Amino acid sequence: MADKIAVEGLNAWFGKTQALHNINMAVPENSITAIIGPSGCGKSTFIRCINRMHEEIRGAYSNGKIILDGEDVYGSGVDPVLIRRRLGMVFQKPNPFPTMSIKENAVAGIILNKRMSRHEIEETAEKYLRRAALWDEVKDQLNKPGVSLSGGQQQRLCIARALAVEPEVLLADEPASALDPISTAKIEDLFTDLKERYTIVVVTHNMQQAARISDRTAFFLSGRLIEYGTTDKIFTNPSDKRTEDYITGRFG
Amino acid sequence: MKTDFRYMRRKIFGTMMLGLSILAALAAVSMLFWILGYTFIKGISAVNLDFFTKLPTPVGVPGGGLANSIVGSIIVVGMAALMAIPVGIATAIYLSEYGRGFFASTVRFVSDVLAGVPAIVAGIVAYALVVTRMHRFSAFSGSVSLALLMLPIIIRSSEEIFRTVPDTLREASFALGVPKWKTILSIVLKTASGGLVTGTILAIARVGGEAAPLLFTSFSNSFWNFNPGQPMATLPVDLFNYSISPYQDWQQKAWAAALVLVGMVLILNISARLYLARKGFKRNG
Repeated sequence: MADKIAVEGLNAWFGKTQALHNINMAVPENSITAIIGPSGCGKSTFIRCINRMHEEIRGAYSNGKIILDGEDVYGSGVDPVLIRRRLGMVFQKPNPFPTMSIKENAVAGIILNKRMSRHEIEETAEKYLRRAALWDEVKDQLNKPGVSLSGGQQQRLCIARALAVEPEVLLADEPASALDPISTAKIEDLFTDLKERYTIVVVTHNMQQAARISDRTAFFLSGRLIEYGTTDKIFTNPSDKRTEDYITGRFG
Repeated sequence: MKTDFRYMRRKIFGTMMLGLSILAALAAVSMLFWILGYTFIKGISAVNLDFFTKLPTPVGVPGGGLANSIVGSIIVVGMAALMAIPVGIATAIYLSEYGRGFFASTVRFVSDVLAGVPAIVAGIVAYALVVTRMHRFSAFSGSVSLALLMLPIIIRSSEEIFRTVPDTLREASFALGVPKWKTILSIVLKTASGGLVTGTILAIARVGGEAAPLLFTSFSNSFWNFNPGQPMATLPVDLFNYSISPYQDWQQKAWAAALVLVGMVLILNISARLYLARKGFKRNG
């Protein structure tokens, strides 16, 4: 598998606090990569660096390279707004736009950037609601507010919204941590289906989840990448003592 | 034994203070009802259809109304709103979405100071800026003075409302590759719209009853006038002029004007609350 994203010497700061130290890792195309580690280890900061959301926080900055298909995301002349359309993101807490209906939420990323006919909106919304495995549940209530759905449905709506921008990569920051087990299972199944089309990087607190869905796993601790390899290897035969301790529940 | 005594004393003291604060609250509310009730009793007899449809009559001629000053008030306050709302909301957007550091805190401080400026001072400023240059009183100059009073109210209330829009929505929009300006216009403004409307209505209600700044700006007028460059009658100014007049008939009209003014402000306030309540309901449902 070719590398979709290559991270080279990434450091990130919040003001004077360094959150990430010299991260180097490559994410293969059409795979699911799980980022695990205890709270505050820099997992979220890491994926927010990939789509340049980290710099939106006041006082936050980073250096190093993130190569997406041979192009540095942080290269001079790269517009963060445009690069974000190639790197979709799903957040921990479902955040559909409260002023928009289900249908409008699904295509929000498109209609906020260009005009669309009513017909195009209908078609596009259906396409991506189907892709996010939500269509059957909402097809009769497309004009209801997006926030009227259950938490798990809202999260799939947010996934549909992210997919509708046609990104190549899907970054997910603990996408199921606020959801019940059934909704979590749906999201996990969805991710497994989506990896045929997209490269997925998912931050998770749930090690079973990482083991269930991911091809590769990266273990972060105190802003450093401790170990990175195939999920099988990390969970059955980790090379680093700290990884083993974390996975077996001895800390974190 | 000693602790028992202390406990009793604390309890009695607490009950006393609670009673006092309830009394204070009752006193405050009863003042409001007293004002409303007294205005109603004194004014209702002079409020009739003529009051809303006819021009004022000269002293001694019975009948007539204050139709011109009701419309005048709406025009003067309306023009003030047209000036203050865009500037106020744009300033609030700057403060909540961009403003950091020295300049922003200066703007915030100045707007707070502006909020404390006495209404009559806003009138003086409008007089110096507009009236002395146009060489006559005008509705427009009155609107300028009211806009000065509205501006800080709109800035502060709008900024508060923009801050209640969760950052997660801004992030969601950024992550979709939507530029910041578009995020502000399409997400932040839209999500905040209910609160913005309410805050604006309350600001309008707040300045709608001002007489002092209008006395020497929009002045008064006994006739119909729709030209903003000319003096225009307004309810608060007529209320002032009529109430200090020696004529019984005019004093009666002043009470009626007071009742109508209070009624308009009350309607604005209630509609603002209703709008917000309905908007909130819709969002949850």
